[in-house]
Formats: sequence, C-alpha cells, structure tokens
Amino acid sequence: MANTVHIDVVSAEESIFSGEAEFVVAPASAGEVGIYPNHAPMITTIKPGALRIKQTNEAEETLIFISGGLLEVQPGFITVLADTAVRGHDLDEAKAIAAKLAAEEAMKNRTSDMDYAKAQAELSEAMAQIHAIERLRKTH
Amino acid sequence: MAGSKEIRTKIKSVENTRKITKAMEMVAASKMRKAQDRMRASRPYAEKIRNVAAHLSFANPEYKHPYLIKRDVVKNIGLIVVSSDKGLCGGLNTNMLRLSVNQMKTWETEGKAISVSAIGNKGFSFMNRVGANVKSHITGLGDVPHLEALIGTIKVMLDAYTAGEIDQLFISYTKFINTMKQEPVIQQLLPLSDEHLGAHPHHDKVEPLSTSGVIKGAVKVGIAKGHWDYIYEPEAQPVIDELMVRYIESLVYNAVAENMASEQSSRMVAMKSASDNAKQVIGDLKLVYNKARQAAITKEISEIVGGAAAVA
Repeated sequence: MANTVHIDVVSAEESIFSGEAEFVVAPASAGEVGIYPNHAPMITTIKPGALRIKQTNEAEETLIFISGGLLEVQPGFITVLADTAVRGHDLDEAKAIAAKLAAEEAMKNRTSDMDYAKAQAELSEAMAQIHAIERLRKTH
Repeated sequence: MAGSKEIRTKIKSVENTRKITKAMEMVAASKMRKAQDRMRASRPYAEKIRNVAAHLSFANPEYKHPYLIKRDVVKNIGLIVVSSDKGLCGGLNTNMLRLSVNQMKTWETEGKAISVSAIGNKGFSFMNRVGANVKSHITGLGDVPHLEALIGTIKVMLDAYTAGEIDQLFISYTKFINTMKQEPVIQQLLPLSDEHLGAHPHHDKVEPLSTSGVIKGAVKVGIAKGHWDYIYEPEAQPVIDELMVRYIESLVYNAVAENMASEQSSRMVAMKSASDNAKQVIGDLKLVYNKARQAAITKEISEIVGGAAAVA
C-alpha cells in the first residue's frame, strides 16, 4: 500500500476519477510530469492533453483526456482540477466581451438611473399577489 | 337551464389548466432530482479547490493575489444576481430580488455605486427594467448549467475588480435547503475572506491553518507536515492567478447549480398547489353546476304540473 498514491480527478461539473495509483503522468504546462507516491508538494497548471494513471493490479494505464486545469500534488494524494472547457486568455476575453456587449445592447433603451422606489413597488406587488393567492387557497 | 352551459365550459377549462399544472409538476419533480445531483456533483471540485486556495492564502509565497487583499475604502460594489430563466416557480425570484434590492438600497445610502451582473433571464429583465447598471448578463442557460457559459459574465466582474472599478463583489442566489425550503442569500465573493477559506459547513477535511503557515494539530493523511510550501511550476504567480479565477468560478457555478435545484423544487411545489387548487375549483364548480341543473329540473316539473292543473 505504501507505494500508491490516491488520485482524484474532478471538474466543476462532475467527479471524473478517484482511485489509487502507482504512477501518474500529467501534461503540465511546462512539459509532461511523472509523479510517484511521496512526491514533494507541488502545484502546476496543466494544458489540454491526456492524463495517464497506472493503477495497481491493472496492466493497462487509464487514460483521461482533460482540457487543461490545475494539478496539486501532496505526498499522499494528487488532485487534478480539470477544466470543463478549453481555456485561453483570448477565448475568455472573447466571452467576456460578448457578455458585456449583450448587456449594453439590452440597456440601450434605458435612460434613468436605478429607481429603487419603482423596484420595491414592483416587488411588493408580486409579493402581494403571491400572498393573496396563498390566502385564497387557505380560505377555500 | 340558464348558465349551466357556461359552467360546463368553465369546468372544462379549469380541467385543462389542471392537466398542464399537473404535467409541469411532474416534469419539475424529475428535473429537480437531476438538478440536485448536479448540485452535489459540483461539490468535490469546490471543496478541493478551496483546500488548495486555503493553503495558498496562508503559505506565504512572495506573491499575494489581489483577490485576497482587503481594500480600505469600499466605494464601488459588484453584485452577481443569479435567477431562473423561466417563471412559474412561486416566489423564488421575487424573494431573491427583494433581498438584493434591499441590500442595494442600503449600499446606495452608504454612498456606494453598484454594478450588476445578471445570470438568468428573470433577474436580468428586472434589473434592466428598474434601471440598475447591468454590466454583463447571460440568459438561456437551460436545465444543465455549463461553466463555459458563465466564464464571460464572471470575467467581466473579475476584470472590473482587478482594474479597481469595483472594490467588493457579492453574489445573490437562492440557496437550496430542502425540497420544501429555499432561502435567498447574499454572499461575498471578493475579496476572499478568511472564513471563506477556513470554516465552511462542508469543510471537514483540513484543519484550520494558523496565519504563519504552520498547520495546527492533526492534518489530513498525506499532507506534508510542518511549515512548507508548494513547488510552483512554472512560477507562483500564474499558477495562483489561474487558481483564484477558477475558485471564484466554481463558487459562482455552485450558486447557479444550487439556484437551479431551488428553481425546480420551488416550481414543483408551486405547480402542486396550483393543481390542488384547480381540483378544489372544479369541485366547487361541479356543485354549482349540479345545483343549477337540479333547479332547472324542479322548475320544469312545476311548470308541467302547473300547466296540467290549469288544463284540468
């Protein structure tokens, strides 16, 4: 048991892999890294590529494709924080601009600053409606 | 038989409505289970990334990330409003928006400027209508939230924070407590507070770290002991930058996933009570209909009897 390391591969949307490994190869951004158990604490970014996990009692290596993310190494465990999307500065930037433009477009027809009175009135009206429905239901 | 035809039509119409609400209730019930699963599936990542971020904030590399530095003067505030795309889910969005608007009003009276980022159609159209400064938005996420769709919206706020346009970032969403209970909450995202990284309800794996970077007491098996720091590959700064952005994104993603679970259960409950209500209305209408029918029959009989008496 001493010569295995626990590895978790997780993404924001799901848990991808969890198990014991003898040896792990990850596509770090500075080049591939191979990790044996009892590695010194390390943290690195990884680029899109295949993660190879050599499990105990299994001849074949487990291959997991990841589109980038982060890799944390501790003596007793390895955590791969996988991205769910291909990331890149330009790609992220494009997404941010798109989100901004969409909001600006939708705000074009607007003039005044935020009207709190209007907002609160509108919300109280909605609340009153919900309450009224609830009351109506009870008396029925 | 005056009115009985109208009553019959009315009963038919309420029955049709009930069929729809019943169907929506069942759809929401099945979606709710999936939404809850997704909400849970996102937890391991959030937990892992928080553990790493917690360590990083205490292990003292020469580089301190701006997300961790508290600003002395808070003038501008960013708020991410997470709402549902569709309505018919009871008071879910209304409650959340009310909490947000009240908080925004408090900030306003403190002289702070607010910019809003909206996730979900309901919050966006509301904020837009009442004239909030909406910086970015994303609508139409569907039933399965994807982090990819959120990246842009979050980045606008993160960039604004880095550029100093906002000094604090909050998120408001509806927290899923159980199927019957959902609660609107506002949480601070930036700057990351110690409690964010330390004491957390789901945080049971890593012991609190002392500020010196030395881990107190028992530690999780496998973590290096004593004073230590990571080997940063290639360098500390880009790694920490990437990590922090992902950490915030995972928090927002979690909020969105939780909001969706809340939305579905809230809709299920709302549709259930609508169906029950329709059933009640149908019962009442049927009673009225039968009474009217009875009255008409009685009237006809008495007319016949009266006619016969007159002839005889």
